[in-house]
Amino acid sequence: MSAPLLSLSGVTRSFGALTAVDDVTLDVPAGARHALIGPNGAGKSTLFKLVTGALRVSAGTVALAGDDVTRLSEPQRARRGISQTLQHSSLFLSQTVEQNVLLAAQRQHRSRHSLVPRRQAAARERTRELLADVGLAERAGTPVAALSHGERRQVEVAVALACEPTLLLLDEPAAGMSPAESARLVGLLQTLPGSVTVVIVEHDLDVVFALATSVTVLHLGRVLLTGDPDEVRASTAVQQAYLGTGREALFLDDPGPSRTEVG
Amino acid sequence: MSVQSLPAETAPGAAAAPAAPRRRRPPRALTAVLAVALLAVLAAVPLVADPFSTNTVSRILVFALFAMSLDLLVGLTGLPSLGHAAWFGVGAYTAGLVSTHWTSEGLVTVLAAAVAGALAAAATGWLAVRSGGVYFLMLTLAIGELVHQLAQSLSSVTGGSNGLFGIPSIRVAGTPLTLAGYVYWFVLAVVLLGALGLWLVAASPFGAALRGIRDNEGRMRSLGYSPFRYKYLAFALAGGFAGLAGGLFAGLVRIVNPSDAGFTTSALMLLAVVLGGAGTLWGPALGAAVVVLVRDTFGPTLEGHGPLLLGLVFIVAVYVLPRGVAGLADLRRGRRRAVLPGTDEAPA
Repeated sequence: MSAPLLSLSGVTRSFGALTAVDDVTLDVPAGARHALIGPNGAGKSTLFKLVTGALRVSAGTVALAGDDVTRLSEPQRARRGISQTLQHSSLFLSQTVEQNVLLAAQRQHRSRHSLVPRRQAAARERTRELLADVGLAERAGTPVAALSHGERRQVEVAVALACEPTLLLLDEPAAGMSPAESARLVGLLQTLPGSVTVVIVEHDLDVVFALATSVTVLHLGRVLLTGDPDEVRASTAVQQAYLGTGREALFLDDPGPSRTEVG
Repeated sequence: MSVQSLPAETAPGAAAAPAAPRRRRPPRALTAVLAVALLAVLAAVPLVADPFSTNTVSRILVFALFAMSLDLLVGLTGLPSLGHAAWFGVGAYTAGLVSTHWTSEGLVTVLAAAVAGALAAAATGWLAVRSGGVYFLMLTLAIGELVHQLAQSLSSVTGGSNGLFGIPSIRVAGTPLTLAGYVYWFVLAVVLLGALGLWLVAASPFGAALRGIRDNEGRMRSLGYSPFRYKYLAFALAGGFAGLAGGLFAGLVRIVNPSDAGFTTSALMLLAVVLGGAGTLWGPALGAAVVVLVRDTFGPTLEGHGPLLLGLVFIVAVYVLPRGVAGLADLRRGRRRAVLPGTDEAPA
């Protein structure tokens, strides 16, 4: 195992009396495809916000590639290579698909201070590639406000990739996508180079098990288990955590009707 | 990083989607012809119009630049300011003082005005842009009133409520411009340069970042932008362009009053921006033309009911043209913008 790219130690976040994330210690090695699963309210999205810096930790440290980034602001962490898609699409609604991706791409291609639009050739080229990759090449000139929910999710992914991240955090990227769209997403994520470390929160376990090389299960803000996908499927503790929500069939290999309850 | 393109058949949904209506713009040639025609008409004004009308068009041009500078804040960055006339006033007083005490060389006075406007905006902007929404509105209102009060009370410098009068006429290369036509051409040239500058800012990656902040500041932060820096720079730039307009104003009317820096002027310009269509630059320029015409030309003939007429125009405009004059042009192009769904976005 190489050195951890993302290292959380004792990360805790409380909202008043509620401890949403409780003493989470977790190492994600560089190049990993790490999934974070758990029932609703397990603290997955909060944990992401603590990693990106959108929320401050109440206790603990967040380290990226060996550097403590706990005190850095969200933009500072983003500039160190953390990129994310959010659970609820968060885009620039009045602007076109291309402009949305360009906003992320222009930061990477050193063109953001140029006053001459032509200098953006590199960023525009990258934007075109990404839109083709996520399947939106035809929609480049469409305002995001006019897109379907699934298409917006695709724009989210393109925006996140345009940041050229070293750590990519995906919060339910496939939520609301059609099966074809979500298959395309899985294919796209599988082609990401090993220099990108991916942490994914996803309720669609087909997506999780197609991508993840390791899985962490969160329950009530605590780490229940970290292991490879087979260990997690077999774990009785994990099944217990889900039992309370009536989703005991989640971890069975049988792709029965229960799968549709997920998400 | 390179991501290979996936075969298209993996996304039948995307392939089956109707071809996107690409944003339709009027043909480039038509836009160019219209621009050249407008320039020709503007340049010909002093040749065909009487001095009074030429003077009115000059004032329209100055206020158009002023309104466009405000649009950089309101329309592009999403920061509605109620104190923007402060920078206009700072520029006007600076230009007036420079030409009274030092030189009335036109370029020197307007550049000094622009620099003063930008510096004054930068000195207060770090405080103002930390807030947003109503708080930003209130802070800019307070800053505007502060500048207005300073102009009133520093009577040894600004002439107090009598105004700063006796400003010498603009000189270009040492020759005073005494004819209204020459002053007009000077104003036109500077306004066009200012408009070009604002357009470049709006079209640049920096302008794109400002629009991103307007739409979704939280997302910009997660993309690695520090919104504060961008908003601060936009505030100072807008102050600089407003100062430039103020400097032209001082050279044009040759008297500066505290009210030129006051709330009424700020509010009128905000009205011009809304009337013309925020975020388009050319829309607010048209809005400024409407405001100046109604207030200065038709107003005095209505026995003091000019503000009433302006109010009526505004009410009608908000009902008939919710996106301003610029929105009308969008409709004509058949480019109806989708209504923004405001409910499915989580607060940032």
